Amino acid sequence: MLLLTCPACGVAADETELAPGGEAHLTRVGPDGDDASFEGYLFQRANPRGVHFERWRHVYGCGKWFHAARDTATLEVFGTYSAQTTAPPDDILDKIKARRPGWEGNA
Amino acid sequence: MSTRLKAGGRRVDPGKPVTFRFNGRKLKGFAGDTLASALLANDQLLVGRSFKYHRPRGIVASGVEEPNALVNLGEGARLEPNARATTTELFDGLVARSQNHWPSLDFDVGAINARLSRLLPAGFYYKMFMHPRPFWKHVYEPFIRKSAGLGEAPTDADADTYEHYYAHVDVLIVGGGVAGLQAALAAGRAGRSVLLMEQGAHWGGRTPVDGGEIDGGDAAGWIDAAVRELEGLDNVQLRLRCMGAGVYDHGYVTGYERLMDHRPGAPGPRHRLWRVRAERIIVATGALERPLSFAGNDLPGVMLASAVRDYIVEYGVSTGDRTVLVTNNDDGYRTALAVLDAGLDVVAVLDARTSATGALPEQVRGRGVRVLTGKGVAKATGGKRLEAVHVCAQAGEGAVIETIPCECLAMSGGWSPVVHLWSHTGGKLSWDAERAFFRPDPDRAPTGADGEAVVDIAGAANGHLGLAAILEDAHRAGGGEGAPAPGTQPEEAPLHPVWMMPDNARIELREKMWLDFQNDVKVSDVRLAAQEGYESVEHTKRYTTLGMATDQGKLSNINGLAVLAQALDEDIPAVGTTTFRPPYTPISMGAITGDARGELFQPIRRTVLHEWHERRGAYWEPVGHWRRPYCYPEGGESHGEAVAREVKNTRQAVGMLDASTLGKIVVKGPDAGRFLDMLYTNMMSTLPVGRCRYGLMCSENGFLIDDGVVARLDDDTWLCHTTTGGSDRIHAHMEEWLQTEWWDWQVYTANLTEQYAQIAVVGPKARAVLEKLGGMDVSADALKFMDWRDGELGGQPVRVFRISFSGELSYEIATPAGRGRELWDRLFEAGAEFGVMPYGTEALHVMRAEKGFIMIGDETDGTVIPQDLGLGWAISKKKDDFLGKRAQERSHMTDPNRWQLVGLLTEDGSVLPDGAYIVEDGTNANGQRNVQGRVTSTYHSPTLGRGIAMALLHRGPARMGEVVEANKVDGGTVAAKVVSPVFYDPEGEKQNV
Repeated sequence: MLLLTCPACGVAADETELAPGGEAHLTRVGPDGDDASFEGYLFQRANPRGVHFERWRHVYGCGKWFHAARDTATLEVFGTYSAQTTAPPDDILDKIKARRPGWEGNA
Repeated sequence: MSTRLKAGGRRVDPGKPVTFRFNGRKLKGFAGDTLASALLANDQLLVGRSFKYHRPRGIVASGVEEPNALVNLGEGARLEPNARATTTELFDGLVARSQNHWPSLDFDVGAINARLSRLLPAGFYYKMFMHPRPFWKHVYEPFIRKSAGLGEAPTDADADTYEHYYAHVDVLIVGGGVAGLQAALAAGRAGRSVLLMEQGAHWGGRTPVDGGEIDGGDAAGWIDAAVRELEGLDNVQLRLRCMGAGVYDHGYVTGYERLMDHRPGAPGPRHRLWRVRAERIIVATGALERPLSFAGNDLPGVMLASAVRDYIVEYGVSTGDRTVLVTNNDDGYRTALAVLDAGLDVVAVLDARTSATGALPEQVRGRGVRVLTGKGVAKATGGKRLEAVHVCAQAGEGAVIETIPCECLAMSGGWSPVVHLWSHTGGKLSWDAERAFFRPDPDRAPTGADGEAVVDIAGAANGHLGLAAILEDAHRAGGGEGAPAPGTQPEEAPLHPVWMMPDNARIELREKMWLDFQNDVKVSDVRLAAQEGYESVEHTKRYTTLGMATDQGKLSNINGLAVLAQALDEDIPAVGTTTFRPPYTPISMGAITGDARGELFQPIRRTVLHEWHERRGAYWEPVGHWRRPYCYPEGGESHGEAVAREVKNTRQAVGMLDASTLGKIVVKGPDAGRFLDMLYTNMMSTLPVGRCRYGLMCSENGFLIDDGVVARLDDDTWLCHTTTGGSDRIHAHMEEWLQTEWWDWQVYTANLTEQYAQIAVVGPKARAVLEKLGGMDVSADALKFMDWRDGELGGQPVRVFRISFSGELSYEIATPAGRGRELWDRLFEAGAEFGVMPYGTEALHVMRAEKGFIMIGDETDGTVIPQDLGLGWAISKKKDDFLGKRAQERSHMTDPNRWQLVGLLTEDGSVLPDGAYIVEDGTNANGQRNVQGRVTSTYHSPTLGRGIAMALLHRGPARMGEVVEANKVDGGTVAAKVVSPVFYDPEGEKQNV
């Protein structure tokens, strides 16, 4: 059972307190987008084995959404951070690079 | 004969006799016995029948690895199937019945399967029962269900209670043998908070039986002292009868504590599920002895060597006067010594190794026992019990050299560390060729949230089999400094791995060598699977059922892997192991459920009017977690009659509905209008204060997810009504977009669903009822259709919405929940002279269908867009963007060939079946009838006196007047005419009064 710390309220929460929200940092494609970019936004996900950025909601707690940087294979958590950002913050990226020297970001 | 010895038995108290029943027979045992030891003491060698061949089976082991002695334990509301006799503590009045036989344990007709064993090879389900197809349902399956399966499912509700228990500790230690105790001492002395779990009823594991010295004294004394010291430490918790069941992601552990199994009916919960978070987990689960694979190794009387000495030393039970020991290692000789110490005979020791010169073999020889090296068992023979052992050369093909009559054959194929908990979350193993077992690889431990090792493993579970090494390893794992108390045991010579006995056994012998006693899997089955191309161990496991059911890689695991590796001509580590999954041994459904049963399983939400409905005799309908009145039957009315009366009364006079369950979400802030314009398909920012608008909400995928009436309360505040089931979901949907996409917009949302009671007063006389109560102007001019006003009715604060889901003149009146009942009573009283009646959800549904109003979940199913439902008018053309807009522009969504909403009237006036398909000519590729639509709502309309239905039909709106065929439940079709879905008052005259 995963243990993630909610950055909004500071609680280290069991997975049963949380709801997953899929891949983080997607860019919304609105009415102006062409078919390919809209398809990408709606359906295409990286689903990497390894470092991944995810959305979670502390649904049975403070109710806030947040982001988590996690290794999908080892389940190591590099950190959790605010949902109100379009890219992972530097301290999280530094932590990931320290733990996964070969990692070059999710293309 | 197995029998009780006059002396010995550390655990039993001959001064406390206990009576119990097995298959109706009254038997005697002692306090401290397990059910297995007491059965053996009564010479009940035969305890069950095997799964497939119904072979007679006896007790093989003395612990959790026992495959055969699974019984139906208890009766009625306390019946537990598949209870393991070896871990069931005996108590006075215990009742047990053996399983998997018919008509009786001694005479079982299913044993004919053994004669047919050539017809029941590996994968026989797949091979034998495929054709002819109807035979599966009517012949094969009933036969297999009758003759297979183990325990009997209880039919009564469980009489016991269960609970969950949460714990947070620094160190959790699983296993209370000497390793677990030593680790607990080290961690406890260092001041860490420690929880030590032991699955059995005693501390110290098997060390007191196996002998050796710790700290210069006997091991049992050291164990007692260690437990006393731990009991004296405030930071240490000790739990007996508590198994570490599973290790999960990020170091979460479940424990299974059996509190009342040894004293049923005592007050308190029967089982407890521990849910533990520990900084560090130490697995000290010991090792299990492996059987040897020789022909006839499943006969009652053939037992693990360790179990034979357990029964003698722990319970004072002899497993037979004459014992033969067959072994490939020195440890097995401990059994020979225990048998001799009990005054019984060891007729011979068959050692598969070419020489046996270690300290233990020498001791056995010194006591005059014949030790035959390089020898094995060609076959064990007997009927319902072992009669003789036939000796052969281990290196040969099984030619019999000598036949030795005996009652007990003790076998030892070496030991395997119990690595289950290490492996549950991905701890890796490495193959130790010298000792022939998989051991934990310390460099590839299970990791926690921080990426560091969270599970450690110590003692025999970590591959250390000598007492000194076990204590040192446990001391290290517990974080101890310096050296622990030294342990001493006789030195042991290396074992010689034996995966088949003899090495070159012929097929007729291999067909009688059991690898998995419970699932009846033999050496020949695994070899056949390999021959048929099953190279992966995971596939072989499933094809042959090796190690399935309760075994889960305990007795059968390594032997099966080794046989597969041999057959594939591979190394054992190349074949690998199957995946160990929790729980370690089966845990009760009750423990998993805990308190969540009966009324607590899923708590019911009740409106403030619940009690009134109940008194009125409401027939309830579950809606989400709510209970809503479906109808209020009067006198001897059927539900259908009640619904018809409620509809007619509402249409002709006035009805009242408890609408409190509708979702009510307040959206407020400078950007609230902009936000709602994104959420709804239509424009909400332009809604004037004091007005209401029906709105549709779609997902980003374009599909309709909810609908409801939105009211603008003031300049920056909107009240959004949602469906009853949708309030939490839609509130979460709003929050998701606000928090994760438009976080710079200034908007607050609050779900106020339960803050208000809401009452619909509906019907031509609705206005008269409100006016009678008085307090505010509800006239057609002051409160127009789709207006709302704050005010008072009968002195009570209310907010009145003039909205209608029935097509009638209708007011929905909200008041603070605490005053809801008061308002309902006043309205009901005021309505008496106008003929008011309450109506339920079914009348609501019928009336909305008569008006052609859609219902989320009936007309929608997650694949329907508003345009399919003729709701294009509610989709703004002016807005640049809203959720779902882009998706609805996709070619498939704009395709005119979609299924679209129509009404259906059956030609014969009957009611169409719910969910019926509208069929078309021809069949599809699967030979099924082609379809062109489906019925989404169907009712008997009391207003029209006939069946009405709404349906999604291919190009529906363009086909008005056409007659289509819808299928019926019991075959055949019924003709229906395509019409407008608005069946009643299409001009809306009734509500505009």
